[in-house]
Amino acid sequence: MPPNFAELKSAAQQRQQELSSKPWIRVGTALCGKAAGADAVIAALKSELQKRHMQATISEVGCLGPCFAEPLVDVSAPNTPRVVYHNVTPEMACHIVQSHLVHHKPAADLALGVVDAGGVMPGLAKLADHPMMKGQVRIALRNAGHVDPMDIYQYIANDGYAALHKALTSMTAEQVREQVTKSGLRGRGGAAFPTGTKWNFLAVSKQPVKYVLVNCEEGDPGAFNDKGILESDPHSLLEGLILSGYATGAIKGYVFIRHGHEGPIDRTWKAIDQAYELGLLGKNILGSNFGFDAEVALTGDSYVAGEETALMEAIEGKRSMPRYRPPFPAQVGLFGKPSNINNVKTLSYVPQIILKGGDWFASIGQDKSKGTAILCLSGDLKYTGLMEVPLGVTMRHVIENMAGGSRSGKRIKVLQTGGPLGGVLSGDGMDIALDFEVMAKAGAILGSGGIIAADESTCVVDLTRNLVAFCQYESCGKCFPCRTGMSHLLEVLERICRFEGTAQDLELMRSVGQSMQAGSLCGHGQLGFNPVSSALKFFGSEFDQHLRDKVCPTGRCNEPWNPPVKTRRY
Amino acid sequence: MHEVHGDAVTSTAQSIRDRVRKAIKGQKQKTVTVLSCLLAVEDELGWIPAEAVEEVAEFTEATINDVWGVVSFYTNFQTQPLGKHRMEVCWGPTCHLVGAQKVADQVLKSLGLPSEGTTADGAITLRYNTCLGACSNAPVVSVDHHLMGRMTPSHAADAAERLKRGESIGGGHAS
Repeated sequence: MPPNFAELKSAAQQRQQELSSKPWIRVGTALCGKAAGADAVIAALKSELQKRHMQATISEVGCLGPCFAEPLVDVSAPNTPRVVYHNVTPEMACHIVQSHLVHHKPAADLALGVVDAGGVMPGLAKLADHPMMKGQVRIALRNAGHVDPMDIYQYIANDGYAALHKALTSMTAEQVREQVTKSGLRGRGGAAFPTGTKWNFLAVSKQPVKYVLVNCEEGDPGAFNDKGILESDPHSLLEGLILSGYATGAIKGYVFIRHGHEGPIDRTWKAIDQAYELGLLGKNILGSNFGFDAEVALTGDSYVAGEETALMEAIEGKRSMPRYRPPFPAQVGLFGKPSNINNVKTLSYVPQIILKGGDWFASIGQDKSKGTAILCLSGDLKYTGLMEVPLGVTMRHVIENMAGGSRSGKRIKVLQTGGPLGGVLSGDGMDIALDFEVMAKAGAILGSGGIIAADESTCVVDLTRNLVAFCQYESCGKCFPCRTGMSHLLEVLERICRFEGTAQDLELMRSVGQSMQAGSLCGHGQLGFNPVSSALKFFGSEFDQHLRDKVCPTGRCNEPWNPPVKTRRY
Repeated sequence: MHEVHGDAVTSTAQSIRDRVRKAIKGQKQKTVTVLSCLLAVEDELGWIPAEAVEEVAEFTEATINDVWGVVSFYTNFQTQPLGKHRMEVCWGPTCHLVGAQKVADQVLKSLGLPSEGTTADGAITLRYNTCLGACSNAPVVSVDHHLMGRMTPSHAADAAERLKRGESIGGGHAS
């Protein structure tokens, strides 16, 4: 007999007390932490603690947000402040142990900031006052970097599974859907479709077997927030998934992740295993009549697998090529059964929406864009990383204040938002609000939340060539306007970058772009001209310089260009 | 090639088949498909030999053609054995903007390769990747699945040289 919810809560509190009764060291080991060398830091911490015969817990946590400062080591101990140290090397790790844990004196010169407790130490700023952390509203990322993603009890101790318990004991499926509708939540995968409406489409189907699918394909270069959530707090996604199953009458959920990303995959599996153990998945969840199963499904390397119908093809084990619609997935989906597909970020909001009510979520954001934007900042920025801000803040605020402007101090020239198909924005147009409608009107998309910034040393024609090379490489090949159109566009752009282009080339690209838009089944082909059209709109004169004057103002195009070998065989 | 070497190759082929079967049967998830089997084989062997295609087809009751169709579609599947070590250079837009091309050029030079592929001694395979997911620490390179962020050409060259000497490399920063 699995424990009931009250028992789980008290076990979780006990676990939390155990953790805070002795030194606790949290090390960021999401992709950002790993790339910065977190593994070596952990090894150093372990050997230092062993050498000193010290009892301390080392937790591999996810991404706290300031990826630019990784490896991050977050140290707390009874009666000392909790401090986050940045850019930690193995040598620094030993020094931190000595200073913070042996002498109870935080190593102020190595600190990024104080998280909480014990009052602010002289000379140590609050982490919450760091430009990148200030003004964040963390809903989906509330636990990221704070809890051990492999420990379900830490999630439960932080309001975890309380929403599921609330829904199963006091709400009907319809009431859950009502709250989601009321919240104004819209899909964060890129299309911004109202989530409540989508759930209603599936709920009306009377078929006994229905599925809910989570999309963490996330092949967008510049986007790492879905992977970030799964690495940092997989249970918030899992709880959202179980709630969506309850709300729509589905019997099983699939979390769809790209093969090779061990962090998100292992942590999601662990979360699923633990949820089964504690009766939060399987039959009679928390003693109710509701049963739900979940598992991870992997895809191979294919960007288009992130498109919802292609995703279903991949889970069925086939080539991930989009299906013709109608019928829509809510009627005929995975294995022919009615299905819903939601993005990781979308579902990760749901537990808090159910717990605090749809009105609470709808009070954040502006107009038809409710809640927060989970942004991945990368490129020529002083502070890169993962952040969650209320929708409605301006791009300028995010780029200049929160991300600290460019690393070089030069003007930000171009922003690439919402994945390669989202196109580019001029750095002069940063006064727009992060809002689905406002962004679309400006000719960009908020999409999955990736923002790549580049300073004045960037050649936009070269950047466009890179974006189109990606789209060409990743076309699944099903629709020929996309398959051959992308190749044409790349060929023309390569010619322009070699200063061999002619004025007619722009017309040629526009005509190819029109065919792609009209003749492709999915967004990859339909939006595939966006990188070129947006670049022409904002940086037309730069194309002219390449075409007419045969110069690249930044010199970037004089350097070699070796795109990868196209390995896909249609 | 199989006929020439006789018994030795037959037994190698047999051990490949055993490993493939074990990988196919050892999958954790309940939904087992052609793709999931192939990914399990890739995890086990690092590449997809013809024997694996046959085994997967038999296990999933698919045709050989169906399985090849999936193998040839996903860019991660390789139909030739890879080098002992695997180096990947990311060329996504973020990495591109902050210097991935120079990193890639240096790695090619250090390994003596004209483009993606395996070194003549079969030791190291170089591949480009569309996004390794650590964009906030670009440019990114991965060595045997360990991510290395903020790469510079000289650190990439250093990593390649160490790999050539057979040293193991953990993840981490270049600077």
